[in-house]
Amino acid sequence: MTNWPATEFPMLRFTLNRLIQSVIVVFAVFTITFFMIRLAPGDPFAGEKAMPDDVRKVMEARYGMQSASEYKDLQGFKRFKVRASGLTNEYFYTLRRFASGDFMPSFKYQGLWNAKIIRDAYPVSLTIGLAALAVALALGLPAGIIAAVRRNSWVDYSAMSLALVGICLPTFVMGPVFALIFGLKLRWLNVAGWFERTDWILPAVTMGLIYAAYIARLTRGGMLEVLNQDYIRTARAKGVPPARIVIVHALRGGLVPVVAFLGPALAGITTGSFIIEKIFNLPGLGQHFINSIFDRDYSLILATTVLFATLLVTVNFFTDLLIAWLNPRVRLT
Amino acid sequence: MNTAAVAVEAGDVHGRSLWQDAWARLRRNRLAVLCMIVLTAVFATCFLGPLLCPWQPGVQNLKLKAVPPGSTEVLDGVERTHWFGTDTLGRDLLARTLQGGRVSLMVGFVATLVALIIGVSYGAVAGYFGGRVDDAMMRAVDVLRALPFMIFVILLVAMFGRDLLLIFLAIGAVEWLTMARIVRAQVLGLAHQEFVDAARSLGLPAHRIIFRHIIPNVLGPVIVYATLTVPAVMLLEAALSFLGLGVQPPDSSWGTLIDDGAKNMESQWWLLAFPAAFFSVSLFCLNFAGDGLRDALDVKASKD
Repeated sequence: MTNWPATEFPMLRFTLNRLIQSVIVVFAVFTITFFMIRLAPGDPFAGEKAMPDDVRKVMEARYGMQSASEYKDLQGFKRFKVRASGLTNEYFYTLRRFASGDFMPSFKYQGLWNAKIIRDAYPVSLTIGLAALAVALALGLPAGIIAAVRRNSWVDYSAMSLALVGICLPTFVMGPVFALIFGLKLRWLNVAGWFERTDWILPAVTMGLIYAAYIARLTRGGMLEVLNQDYIRTARAKGVPPARIVIVHALRGGLVPVVAFLGPALAGITTGSFIIEKIFNLPGLGQHFINSIFDRDYSLILATTVLFATLLVTVNFFTDLLIAWLNPRVRLT
Repeated sequence: MNTAAVAVEAGDVHGRSLWQDAWARLRRNRLAVLCMIVLTAVFATCFLGPLLCPWQPGVQNLKLKAVPPGSTEVLDGVERTHWFGTDTLGRDLLARTLQGGRVSLMVGFVATLVALIIGVSYGAVAGYFGGRVDDAMMRAVDVLRALPFMIFVILLVAMFGRDLLLIFLAIGAVEWLTMARIVRAQVLGLAHQEFVDAARSLGLPAHRIIFRHIIPNVLGPVIVYATLTVPAVMLLEAALSFLGLGVQPPDSSWGTLIDDGAKNMESQWWLLAFPAAFFSVSLFCLNFAGDGLRDALDVKASKD
């Protein structure tokens, strides 16, 4: 983006460039989301019971919104003009509050601040997400490597068939089945809720198995690609032990597709899944992503989206660093 | 003059293209061929089966609610069998499975194709040019990825009404993003290899280098990821329907049928078993066919 004079520090230049770009990305996401939710029909105050105009006015003022009574009776271009100027004011008001780190109060949960909602829910999702990632890597990587090394053998076929089961089985089938077996039949774990220390196990395993299947298949594909390269043949020719070739020489390049997939996916894994939270009745962050949209909880939508965007640009930065380290042919720019 | 030169002069020698070679290799892979046949059969059953099936997917018979497979009913004076049983509302499960299959297969394949075309071209261009072009293109992908997908779907539904085409569009619009990142990561590594430098020094235009020299080399991971995308897309459709934004009753898809079946799994096993069997068999075949395709296109592997 900018021509930094410090070309002799490629790492530093890359980091600074990325930092600037990331701020622009989060800003763009904020702006597009803000106008998208305002374009969507419906509003946060629409409920079964009509809200008295005076109450509505007070509420709207609290969120820096233009009062609906200002444009309710206008028609055509005039309505558009009033509405557009009102929206622009709201936009800058909201942007100012978000930029100063104040995530505004929620529309739906009266009296609660969005920052507090996220602070309460995020640890739940993060715990489950990281545990799921551990499960996924522990199962997926070895399965994919062995399948690639023993290509077209029964080990390969059975590992890949198992991975397929993981991909085919939807979460909303696997989750209830696990709850049925380990919760109701064996009584080892709680079926739902977030009370005991062991409550992360079932959701994490359900989520992890699906990602394990993806990782196994991508690892196999990536490894096969690498195992046919000349440098592997060279290593074999100079007598490097086969296990060392696979783990030290091949795995490095073979992991590129896995990292490219898992990096961005990590932002999604650690912010919770709506379906998993619904099945296991967890107070995680995933529910807020979906519910806030259905509730038209404008400020909570923006808060969750900004959080997600920030996480995403961060993991993408590290993903690109990791890919450059795994494949030295890649040049950081 | 040697024999080869004679043959060339006589016009007997035809070059074999990459695709001809790949096709020959693919035909030798029995598992892949079998899977392709099964996949074709599933397609044929779903799209042509309704012509032979006496039941309509949306018609209820309240007297025959949740009857097990093999129950019979007199229809227009002829005794007919509910081969897959009926659901809790008295609708024939076979007809519903076929109807759901049409929706799922179409969503799965069309959305994946859209994702494939956009994602591969976009990722390859970004990876090939690198530098600022790459930066700008990838940050645009980041922005799109971070946008809340549900708002986008709600907006589409609000503006154009509930339409199957919209589900294709919405899903295709998200799925290409990951594809673009995977392709770009691969191309970044290829863009500085000798054969690309060679092509560039020959003065080939960029679009020719990208589409003729680079993209064939990233097809391996792309096909693997595409075969993963099809089930992901079908499940995403199910999740959308679950939230009331996708397929609406009385229509169904395999995803919604499996969801329904899972709820009744202890009392009416067939409601889960048949749709899940169709779904899993298709995906199994798709994946092994994809693997076969990957191996067939892999020039280096076929040499040893």
